[in-house]
Amino acid sequence: MTINHYHYLRPEINSLLASDELFAKAEQQPTRYSYAEAMLELGEKNPKVVVLDADVSKSIKTNEFADKFPDRSFNFGIAEQNMMAAAAGMATTGLIPYATTYAVFASMRALDMVRNSIHYPKLNVKIAASHGGITPGPDGVTHQGQEDLSIIRAIANSTIIAPADPATTKLAVWAAAEYDGPVYLSFTRDPVPAIFDLNYPFKIGRAVTVRDGSDASIIANRDLVVQALIAAEHLAAKGLNVRVIDCHTLKPLDADVVLAAAAETGAIVTAENNVFYGGLGSAVAEVLVENNPIPMKRIGVRDTFAESGPYLDLLEKYGLSAKHIAAAVEEVIERK
Amino acid sequence: MSSKPMSVEELEKMAVIIRCDIIDMICTAAAGHPGGSLSATDVVTALYFRIMRIDPENPDWPDRDRFILSKGHACPVWYAALAERGYFDKSHLKTLRQMGSILQGHPDMRKTPGIDMTTGSLGHGLSAGLGMALSAKLQQKDYHVFVVIGDGESQEGSIWEASMAAPRFKLDNLTAILDYNHLQNDDSVDDIMPIHPVIDKWQAFGWNVIDIDGHDMVQVVQALEEARSHQGAPTIIVANTVKGKGVSYMENVCEWHGKAPCQDEADQALEELRR
Repeated sequence: MTINHYHYLRPEINSLLASDELFAKAEQQPTRYSYAEAMLELGEKNPKVVVLDADVSKSIKTNEFADKFPDRSFNFGIAEQNMMAAAAGMATTGLIPYATTYAVFASMRALDMVRNSIHYPKLNVKIAASHGGITPGPDGVTHQGQEDLSIIRAIANSTIIAPADPATTKLAVWAAAEYDGPVYLSFTRDPVPAIFDLNYPFKIGRAVTVRDGSDASIIANRDLVVQALIAAEHLAAKGLNVRVIDCHTLKPLDADVVLAAAAETGAIVTAENNVFYGGLGSAVAEVLVENNPIPMKRIGVRDTFAESGPYLDLLEKYGLSAKHIAAAVEEVIERK
Repeated sequence: MSSKPMSVEELEKMAVIIRCDIIDMICTAAAGHPGGSLSATDVVTALYFRIMRIDPENPDWPDRDRFILSKGHACPVWYAALAERGYFDKSHLKTLRQMGSILQGHPDMRKTPGIDMTTGSLGHGLSAGLGMALSAKLQQKDYHVFVVIGDGESQEGSIWEASMAAPRFKLDNLTAILDYNHLQNDDSVDDIMPIHPVIDKWQAFGWNVIDIDGHDMVQVVQALEEARSHQGAPTIIVANTVKGKGVSYMENVCEWHGKAPCQDEADQALEELRR
């Protein structure tokens, strides 16, 4: 019923959004696999691209890159610190290393290397981090990268992209190769619906309005973009017309789009599968509080660790689902 | 391009000049790390004035040999060698650690010509050098990568991650030099957290190990030349050194790890060095 409000959505998604069957019926893929697929194409196009692994290449499927480009694939074993600093060394010679591991290890185990050897000298290393947020549902807390986006955001010279779905993940991976400097790319372990087509106008640092609306705005990233779209659809049934913004680039934040949303819709909800300190909610709040402090609410992982469980059940339990986002939107509209 | 490689005698004279630069610059800055700079001086001098294929006029030359001082706090020795070799004017040495200087408290590859890798947090440099050596293999370039690591630094786990990886990747274009001066910030390495037997450890990890007196220029030059030509595995030169080498009151005294000499102390040091 609201097809005209959407942008860049695949047609099947339009019809499924309101159905409660999106996750049952839509084409889906963990975005870690989308990353691996993107690398196969990128490897063909750009001979400078190399992939560094740390014994999770079968999980992320970068082993397919290793099969296709054996000379340009290096498995460091379970030694993320060595991998990150080696990536820095490789970048000094003009190669473009994609250092690939899970978010917890990329952002915490190897953080000293990521800060001092990659970001301080602004070397052209791409950090490919799977298992972002609490999407590694069954794996439990040690493998749930719920802090990485906040941690990396605090580091100078960082660029952070958390794409929403398979198509935009590929676009992000390819855009990162064209950018000279460190880029932190965040992927999901669990499948997410393929909501966008490849015509999506992906540009690092430019947030994209994927649903028009004037009553409030939801600004989301990675796997909560689809939850935001579902929430908006539910709210439409109640007569509320809500804008949804895919803020794939967490840093640099697209302040223009945030402030336009504030001015034009008067209320904002942020939605991220990441701790609600220091991530997207904080970034948006920082812009709003200094420019246009309208009613706002943050959806994110509260001050807690999660647990093992099915992905969608975890989103429900830890307050990250479309239902929670919709309730937050109603609350901020009330406060307008 | 590059000047003629120095003889051992010339290298010994240059090492004295570099040691004097170290004392001068740290005294002027009133902060810095003289002990580990002086222990590494002979190795760094041999590298920059005889061993490495470099062009100070063209510090980013893609085919140059790379040098990384993984124990970045000893950067006065690196800065002095670069200045004496002509990478930048010697007047910069007086600006060490000052606001706006090209010479940061720890090495910054974006600020200082000739610095091939930013270091300072310990345990990174050998991995970075490993990455450069991997690149050389992939890009079929014949440059060599030299990395000086510390003995205290060898307590970092990442050193051993790198030590495991370099032989696996058959990086015979990578040479580590362990500046084995036996002292770290808090006390002697043996008392804090011993790293011996280092020769056995590195051999067990698959490295070609050369054990030398790190202040005997003949041995230093010979070891570096042998390391460069060794095939099939990376080499580590265990350079047995004296922390504070050449300054009587600094030699083997832990507190000179990270303390600047006052002017009187510096004058005495310079006199001893120039004798």
